[in-house]
Amino acid sequence: MSTVVGAPEKPDRVKPARTSRKEGTGKLAGLLVSPTLLVLGLVVAYPIVAAVRLAFYQRNEGIDPETGLLESGDKFVGIDNFADMFRGDTGARFLNALWNTTSFTLAAVTLEVILGVLMALVMHKAFKGRALVRASILVPWAVPTAIAGILWRWIFQADGVANDLLPGDPVLWTTDGPQAWLAVVIADTWKTAPFIGLLVLAGLQVISNEVYEAAKLDGASPWRTFWSITLPLVKPTLMVAVLFRILDTLRMFDLPYTLIGPGKNSTDTVTILAFEEAVKFTKYGPASAYAVFLFVYVAAVAFVFVKLLGADVVGARTGRNR
Amino acid sequence: MTAATAPVKADRPAPAKPQRSRWAWAPYLGIAAIVIYCLAPFYWMLVSSLRRTNDIFDSSAVPSPPSGDSYVAAFSAGNGFLRALGNSFLVAGVTTVLVLLIGTLTAYALARLDFKFKNLVLAVIITTSMFPGISLLIPLLELFSGIGWINSYQAMIVPSMSFALPLAVWNLTAFFRQMPIELEEAAQIDGCTPAQAFRKVILPLAAPGVFTTAIITFIASWNEFIIALSVVNKKELKTAPVITSQFTGTTQFDAPFGTQMAAGVIVTIPLVILVLLFQRRIVAGLTAGGVK
Repeated sequence: MSTVVGAPEKPDRVKPARTSRKEGTGKLAGLLVSPTLLVLGLVVAYPIVAAVRLAFYQRNEGIDPETGLLESGDKFVGIDNFADMFRGDTGARFLNALWNTTSFTLAAVTLEVILGVLMALVMHKAFKGRALVRASILVPWAVPTAIAGILWRWIFQADGVANDLLPGDPVLWTTDGPQAWLAVVIADTWKTAPFIGLLVLAGLQVISNEVYEAAKLDGASPWRTFWSITLPLVKPTLMVAVLFRILDTLRMFDLPYTLIGPGKNSTDTVTILAFEEAVKFTKYGPASAYAVFLFVYVAAVAFVFVKLLGADVVGARTGRNR
Repeated sequence: MTAATAPVKADRPAPAKPQRSRWAWAPYLGIAAIVIYCLAPFYWMLVSSLRRTNDIFDSSAVPSPPSGDSYVAAFSAGNGFLRALGNSFLVAGVTTVLVLLIGTLTAYALARLDFKFKNLVLAVIITTSMFPGISLLIPLLELFSGIGWINSYQAMIVPSMSFALPLAVWNLTAFFRQMPIELEEAAQIDGCTPAQAFRKVILPLAAPGVFTTAIITFIASWNEFIIALSVVNKKELKTAPVITSQFTGTTQFDAPFGTQMAAGVIVTIPLVILVLLFQRRIVAGLTAGGVK
């Protein structure tokens, strides 16, 4: 199901002309596809390979004992950069960032899925005001994430509107600690739950009404109908949405960076750590080691997700399941 | 849609009826909740941007009296915000055009032509869209500092293609697949080669899809943050989201929120207008391509 894309309808259609056109089609396809592959090779494949290489090097620092000159260039350090990720101070920072990244993903995606499915169910039931909802649901999606971070930073100021609305003593949301972590989760959920709602709504709309009628005749309760009909039928759409949200949250940067700021224990993600090493300290070696680790982590999560839960990424992403 | 479902509801067995009317308002309450959820923070940004600097910590729902001070401050010469908006337009615009030029061709081949390794190409493009940006950015950053590209437009545009190109190819492929293949067959029967069929039949018909993809790609590139933050440190070249996040007040610890909210509104307004004008198409594009 996941790999043979559109194959069934093609062969018999093209058949009559096949012998004479096949070769030309192949050439044309090659011509059309190669620019994309070339660009992706330059901006994706090359950097990945270069990142792996960089991760085994460190910039020379200090003075050469033989010549007495300031050292320059890079030196091969083996797996030192990777080992440093798990030992000493750098290790503590990295493991903390890894935990933040993972806990952000678990919490935010769970919240987003629950809210998103609820929103989709509401939108599916309501026929009036659909255009209004659709327009408003796209607003959080369209707001640049960095701007959303600044906006929520303002909302979560010590004397900001969040503390005005909440009872009790003002909470120092944007400093550090669990409340800062929660602020990021809230902001992320605001920004992306509507988007999941939109995708799930598209999945709901293709379920035929007859299935629901049948369930009703059989006396199924609305609750039972939801669990036994709606959820299984939107599962393919939902799975792909969840997978892409997970991968997106694992590389989270903009929100914690602009909402809380870098260098905070409770909100630094792996991407923030790698960014700081590379941009602030120009330590490309350790930064690449973080980035390569994140890459492997993301790939492993995607693999497990696709294998265990059978997300049909190719089908859904090319609109085959419409 | 309303007309199609209304009769079905009327035939429903009578016992269900009282319950239905009792809960009839529930979806509208839900709708109201969703609209408030989505718009309240954005509204707060708008309201805060319209307060006077001294009232900035007010929590009234309407600014009284409203004031354009924050907007004047955002555009004050020292901030370089106008230039940053121009930079954002340039970077997002060039990225969008490049990606569409390349992506349209590839998407057509993926949607319509039958060739070896097609599934492999599809898989490669999906996979690249899943890569964490930082893994691509760090080696590119090292490369760019080696070849003197730091503080240049191309240093922002080239890495942006790593996420924009797969996005565009996916959306366009979905659109091309939805178009009836009979049209091309008719064109071929009339003696068109596949290339001619693409140029004379497909491209004009696909214009709405290409347009929608352009909007989605533009929004994604406009919102890009970490690349622009990393490869540029000269004020004249910073993009609008980056410069907004770096506005400073009179002291280091005094964040000028009013100015930031005004700038945030200005950065977001073009996108909100696009969204309002083309909501139907954007939703169709997002759900067909199933993308970020």
